[in-house]
Formats: sequence, structure tokens, C-alpha cells
Amino acid sequence: MGWSRKHLLGLEDVGRDEITAILDTASKFREVLDRPVKKVPTFRGITVVNLFFEASTRTRMSFELAEKRLSADVMNFSASTSSLKKGETLRDTARNIEAMKVDMVVMRHPSPGAPHFLTQHIDASIINAGDGPHEHPTQALLDLFTMRENVGDLRGKRVTIVGDIVHSRVARSDIWGLVTMGAEVTLCGPKTFMPAEVEAMGVTVSHDIREATIDADIVNILRIQRERQEGCFLPSLREYTHLFGIDSERLASMRPDVLIMHPGPINRGVELAPDVADGPRSVILDQVTNGVAVRMAVLYLLSRVRASERVDELEILAEVTI
Amino acid sequence: MKPMILRGGRVIDPASNTDATLDVLISGGSIAEVGHSINAGDATEIYVDGLVVAPGLVDIHTHLREPGREDEETIESGTYAAAHGGVTTVAAMPNTDPVIDDPSWVEYVRARGKVATVHPIAAITMGREGRTLTGMAELAAAGAAAFSDDGCSVMSANVMRRALQYASMVGRPVVAHCEDPTLVGHGVMHEGLASTRAGLRPIPAAAEEVMVSRDIILAADIGARLHVAHVSTAGSVELVRRAKADGVAVTCETCPHYFSLTDDDVRSYDTSLRVNPPLRTAADVAAVIRGLADGTIDAIASDHAPHSLEEKQVEFDAAPPGMIGLETLLPVALTHLVHSGAMALPVALGLLTSGPARALDIPGGTLGVGTQADIVVFDPDAEWTVGADWFRSKSKNSPYIGRTLNGRVRMTINRGSIVFEEEIHDEGCPGDDCDSRDAERNELAVNM
Repeated sequence: MGWSRKHLLGLEDVGRDEITAILDTASKFREVLDRPVKKVPTFRGITVVNLFFEASTRTRMSFELAEKRLSADVMNFSASTSSLKKGETLRDTARNIEAMKVDMVVMRHPSPGAPHFLTQHIDASIINAGDGPHEHPTQALLDLFTMRENVGDLRGKRVTIVGDIVHSRVARSDIWGLVTMGAEVTLCGPKTFMPAEVEAMGVTVSHDIREATIDADIVNILRIQRERQEGCFLPSLREYTHLFGIDSERLASMRPDVLIMHPGPINRGVELAPDVADGPRSVILDQVTNGVAVRMAVLYLLSRVRASERVDELEILAEVTI
Repeated sequence: MKPMILRGGRVIDPASNTDATLDVLISGGSIAEVGHSINAGDATEIYVDGLVVAPGLVDIHTHLREPGREDEETIESGTYAAAHGGVTTVAAMPNTDPVIDDPSWVEYVRARGKVATVHPIAAITMGREGRTLTGMAELAAAGAAAFSDDGCSVMSANVMRRALQYASMVGRPVVAHCEDPTLVGHGVMHEGLASTRAGLRPIPAAAEEVMVSRDIILAADIGARLHVAHVSTAGSVELVRRAKADGVAVTCETCPHYFSLTDDDVRSYDTSLRVNPPLRTAADVAAVIRGLADGTIDAIASDHAPHSLEEKQVEFDAAPPGMIGLETLLPVALTHLVHSGAMALPVALGLLTSGPARALDIPGGTLGVGTQADIVVFDPDAEWTVGADWFRSKSKNSPYIGRTLNGRVRMTINRGSIVFEEEIHDEGCPGDDCDSRDAERNELAVNM
């Protein structure tokens, strides 16, 4: 089983074979990134628009680089430069952009389900680059890729995700992907950061950082937003750091070969101490590099599905003409 | 108006425990006689064998949008939608623009019902701002059936307590929208596994239950009549059940969407499913159905809330809450309460007729001789699929579009006039009468 989807909206319903297909394809593109000429001609004539309705630096740059490495024509749209402030709806914005004959849309939006909504109104392939706290599938795929590179098969591996789970699209996509790939997932953080009934997603919940990380093969640490005190999610960042922050002392209680990951950007000294972030167990910068390869793989696999659809259309047209 | 007789239908009148094959004679806009083989004289004969004849439905929770949003619904279009759904009496909520907090607006709303009887509900507080009481006595004298700040809770317990005291003096119930805004926050769906999976901001069941609990305590203390709107959680049903057992003068309603849809459906991000209170879990649905079956819940109301396509064709959390429901009220109830085996047809009909009329203490919901002739004739079994073009409401924001339902309204009579009909079969009809009936129907068609 390979990849046969037109869109990548999330990992919730993506199977093991499909994830493996993406990761295997990403491995090939990862090699390309180490070549002197880091570019392939695959996407010549294909137009991709990065439709960002929310501030993003690394995800947008990572996608843009992936698109350029594939030789796509790239357009960038961000909310600050858009007509949204003039009251245009998402549907109208997207239909206008599609009228310019765009093949693929990479979309970041604060509303969960916004990319799903767009699939009903435009024909282009859509990649979800983060929809509110819902999903961020390419981040989870680059996490899985980085984990596989380091620890091999994820079946039975213990992965602990620490932090603000309830507001995190990364956590949701990571959970779906990891559970599908057979990992044992533990979530760790204060109760106020745990989404309702999250155990039913196939994970264990802990509020004790030591217990949750002592046997972990991988610890993935999420960014803590500074404004979380406002909704009474946290009494203070100081208390969070004290209870759940990862520093060298806590690292010392973990397995010596534990892998430290973070989707970025890091709040240094809050959820993660600088010496751990920059230390030998950290693969945080590898995640960034792998992100480009994984996004190239996703773009490539989706474009092949589109191309095959088009071939079918052409064949039908040919039959009609004859 | 020529007298009219409905012959041979299964007449179900929950108010009088009637369930038998009978004729119903309508004369001068009133029900003249209900009985066997009535000698009808020159009355127009309508044969309804195989169909159910019941009191016109009473929907005590609708938003008709006039004044203010006539692009979404008017009182006139709302009553045509009502007639299409077999509803002959509607109570209209005051969250219009301007708010119905003045007697002149109560009179305006009451006068504009075309083909259904409209009972305005006036606001509890001026401008629905939760601060100062409306002139309830004058509003009631102008025709306000009840008082409600529907759309939001009266957050101040003191204002709510005073409102209950004052309304009880006026003799009209207070209809409480129970959702604590501090617990709702920016939430858009029920908090549970489905919200965790969808990533949509959650609203805990407690947001509803703390307010139901508070308002029951206040009503019990004062001895005032409280009606809890759109009960949606197992906890709320249990609170009302216990309050009733304790002798508190509380009634409540639920809506078809709270016994036919769940939070899991919301994972489609279909904006027609965004509603306040939000769709709950399958366990809540089961508890609501038990509450309907055991009499804890007094009424089924639609919470008909029209919204334009433009406003709903957006991201889920940007869409306004609410769905239309006047036209699907009966078939959704029949499908999910009767065809599902949860209760007998007369019990379900009681929840749509006499139950709501009693809850708001308004006329209607009965086939009693001498009462206004408000009648629905329906096929209880017809299976059909809801299409977007089928609705007569000006708005189409229904989650039931595309769904297959059982039961279909064939005729609606309001104040003795046929205000809606389709496909009444004509066999056995004497020729002369057929002609006169057709003429009468054509005349009605022009009026509509």
C-alpha cells in the first residue's frame, strides 16, 4: 500500500503503510539535501501557494524551501498582507487564489477544520500546515522520521510528550502517528493542560515528570505559551518550570540514550534548559533539517495522485474525442 | 368559511387521552365535533384514512429574526415554515434587533403571524443586558407569553432572583437559557473525546448544569414558575427530575437535535451542527430520551434559529450558533423517538402539543370541542430524504439535509383554514365535493 490521497489534513486516519511510504520517500529526499546541488526538477510547472492565516516562520520557510527544492513555482500569502482585513471570507480568498490556477495549497489557519472546509470549495490539493489546536501532520511526520532515524522501528518504543497538550496541534498529530506506528505514548503535564478523555486516543497520562520520563526512549517537549496564565491554565511559568521543566538534573535521571526533541520555537529556561537543548541528547536541529525532506515527500506523493487523476481525465477526453 | 370534516383518520389528542379512528368537524374556525360517523351536512369532506390527525404542534422556542434580520427570516416566512412543519402555535424569542423589551414590539410580533399563532416572549432585562428588569406587567398585558433573555444566561443571580419574583406576580413563566458564559468561554462544542479529537475549543457540560442548578434553587426559594430551555445534558435532566420530585414549579424542554445528533457528528466541522448548548454525547442523548419518556422533560421545541448561507459558509468556530428546525420537528421526533421504539406515538405527540402548551400556559395543543381549530394531519411512516430545496424557511441551515427521516406532514390547519397540504389521497370522494374542494384549495394557494 502506498499513498493515494489527494490531501493531507491530519494523521488521525492515516495508516501505518501510508506513513511508512511517506517516511521512505523522505529518506530519498533527505539524501538530496546533502548533495552540492540540492534541487530536483520534479515540480517544474506546478504551482504551490503557501496560504498562512497565522504567523509562522519556520513552518512556512520549511515548506517554501521544500517547494523550491522540488522546482515548484511558489507563491506566499499571509494574513497581514491579505484582503481578510477587508472582510473577505476564507472561501472567497481561496477561490480567488485557485482561479489563478494553483495546483497545491499549503495552509496554516487558527480555526480547527479550516483546511477540511476548503477541500469542499476548491479543487487544489491541500496540505494542513496547522489548523488551530487540531493537527499539524507534517510536524508529526518529521518527528516520526527523526525518531526512526535514531531508534529504528517505533513499535514498543516509549515516547513521552511533555507540556501543553490541550492547545497543541503537534501533540495531537504526534499521538495519532505514534500510536499508529506502535509506540507507547505517555503525556505529561498539569491537569489543566490535558484534553478531555485523551486516554481514549490510546495514551497514558501522568502528572509526575520523573515517573513519566525515567524509562522513556524519547522525550518530546512542547513549547509553553507565555499567555497561558490568563485562562488560569497555569499559576506561573516559574511553577511550571519547577514541576515539568527539563534541565540537566532531570535529564540525568533518564536513560542515557534518551532522545530529546522539541518542535520549536523553544522558550529557553521555561520548558527546556539551554544546556539540554544544545546538549548531546538533543536532536532538535535534525528535526528542522528533516522537516524539509518530509515536506518534499508529502508534496511529491500528493502531486503524483493529482497527476494520475489528470491522466484519467485526459484518457476520458481522448475517448470522447475518438 | 364553509365547514370542513376530516374523515377516517387516526385521531390522537394527548390532552384528552384520545387515540381512535374518528371524524373531526371544523366549523367557524373552531373544532365543532370529534366523533364516529359525524353527519356533516354540507361540510367539505376530506378523507384522511391511513393518516394521523392530531392537534397542531406547539413550538415554544423559535427565533423568527424580525425585527432586525429579515434577510434570514420574517415572522411571515417563519409561520409559513411552521405550517409546512405542522406547527400552528409558535413562541418567538426576543433576541431580535431591537430586543423585544417594549409592549409595542410585543404587539408588532403578535400581529404579524400569518398562518400560525405567534406568542411573543419578551426579554427579562432591558436590551437583554442582564441589568434592569423589563416592564413585565405591561409586556404581559400586550401579549407576552413568558420572559427570557434567551441566547445567554442572566449572569447575576440577584437579577435572576428579582426577575423570578416579579414574573411570578405577573403570572407568566421565566424561560431560562442555562449556560454560564465564564465556563463557555470561547468554546464551540461539547467537551469530551470528540472535542479532543477535533481540536475545537470545548464547553463542559457543567456550563449548562451549574446554571440549571442555580435557577432551580432560586425558583424553589421564591415559588416562581421556571421553564428551563433546551436541556441537553444527562446532568440537567437529573437536576430537573429531582426538582420536580421536590415539588419545585419547574418545567423544561429539549430540542430534536439533542436526541438525534451527537458531538461526534461535529467532527465533520459542518457548521450547521454548531449550536448552543452544543450537541452532547450518546450517553446524554440516551438520558434526554429517558427524560422525555418518563415525563421529566415536558416539551420538545425546535429552537429554530435561521442563519444566512454566507454566515454559515465559514470556518466552524466563526459560524454563528443555531439551526433551523420548525419544519423537521415532527419527522425527527417520529424517527428518533417513535420509530426507534423509545415511546408510543401518543406520548411523543403529547411532548409536541399539550406538553409545551402547558409549560408556557398558552392555548393550543388540543382537539377539545370549542377550541381554535389547529390541526396537523400526517403520515407517521412515510420515509423520505430531506432536500435543501424542500424548506420554506428563508434560511437553509439544517443539519438534516441529506438525512432520511420517517413521518411527513400532509396537511396543516390553523384557525380552521388549510395553511399547508400535500398529497391527500382523493379516493372515495364524491365528484361534486371534489370540485368545490379544489376551488377552495386554489383560493388558499393564491393567499399563500
